[in-house]
Amino acid sequence: MSYTRDVGALARKDFLLELRARDTLPAMLLFVIATFVVFHFALPSGSSDLASNGLLWVAILFTALLGLGRAFVPEREQGVLDGLVLAPCDRSAIWLAKSLAVLGFLAAVEVVALPAFAIFFSGIDGTTVAAVALADLGICAVGTFLAAMAAAGRARELLLPLLFLPLAIPIVVGGVGASVVADGGRYLAFLALYDAVFAIICWASFEYVVTE
Amino acid sequence: MSSPNSRLPAVATLALGLVAAATALVFFFAPLDADQGLSQKIFYFHVPIALTAYGCFGWGAWRALVHLWKREPGADLESYVAIHQGVIFGALTLLTGSIWARASWGVWWTWSSNQLVLFLVLFLFYCAYFMLRFSVDAGPQRANFSAVYALFGVALIPVSFLAIRLASDFIHPTVFTSAGPQMSGKMFFTFCVCLAAMLSLAATFYAVELSGKRLDVRLRELREALA
Repeated sequence: MSYTRDVGALARKDFLLELRARDTLPAMLLFVIATFVVFHFALPSGSSDLASNGLLWVAILFTALLGLGRAFVPEREQGVLDGLVLAPCDRSAIWLAKSLAVLGFLAAVEVVALPAFAIFFSGIDGTTVAAVALADLGICAVGTFLAAMAAAGRARELLLPLLFLPLAIPIVVGGVGASVVADGGRYLAFLALYDAVFAIICWASFEYVVTE
Repeated sequence: MSSPNSRLPAVATLALGLVAAATALVFFFAPLDADQGLSQKIFYFHVPIALTAYGCFGWGAWRALVHLWKREPGADLESYVAIHQGVIFGALTLLTGSIWARASWGVWWTWSSNQLVLFLVLFLFYCAYFMLRFSVDAGPQRANFSAVYALFGVALIPVSFLAIRLASDFIHPTVFTSAGPQMSGKMFFTFCVCLAAMLSLAATFYAVELSGKRLDVRLRELREALA
């Protein structure tokens, strides 16, 4: 039970920090809307709705990347991570709490972004929303893990997209498949499989990222 | 564990003999393919190189696991060298695959070839491995990061494979199916020799690079001891 309490406390800290400083969420919102406008001009007139559906996934991925790049900034600046590692709690709680915080931010952005997409481009069906929800889990689990590693490297901001994008390609395949194919059930199953596999790996190996 | 230097001459000789035998078999023993003719011969290099790359990635991930699990000294270096060899063989797979695609489909690159796309994804992933490794200072943290990322790789291979299968239509020739290899006996024998040749070649490169890297580490330790 203390594990969930630790996770809750750590995630609450991130939400509280964001509520006070407000430096990630507005940036992500602005970015995703700006991306949609860019996409409008990137798609020649007469492009099918399928093309814009594909671009929705590009927007989600890069918006998430923007948030993930900021995820470990507070920890890094004040040496908080050392304190957290010294605290008598399971180290994977640090990863889980941060993933939940990033997931919260991403979900909040999507609450605005998906209706905006529906207004700007084409309607969104239930399968797409389900796929976005499943993809968010995978993006936040893997992304947070890699952000923790990238934060310790020399080329921090540069490193995260390079580490993350190859791992995110299956998410894009699953997501785009679910939103463009008539019967997207197996793509949703694939996204769920991805989430499960990588969440387990991240959860089991996060200890090695923060300790020596 | 015996020193890789003592095994090196034997492995290198074996690799040399097998590569020569494989080349001879490909051109003089294996029958011409009925559909594709001479261009099918690149199959005997392309597929063994691809399998060798998988082998290297797998071995790298295994050494990474050993590093995290048993804290065996040197496992980190072995994992790194194996993945380095895997990336070299992966690049060769992309190259030979591209040539084969040009010869049999008339294009240098096709997104409908699942194996080529998978290798491109893996190539990008493992290039990022090197970026990660070189952006962290040498030490236990770098070893841990590299090992964990290498483990992500072995999970990514089947997941990406599934993703690419789901995503694309299927025009890549399937030689191995659940019904066994769709080749004549002579072709299969040639293929096996080629595979053995590539694996022994990779083992040779691995041993050479590993002994070089170990020497570097030893030299640095001695310098630090003297300083």
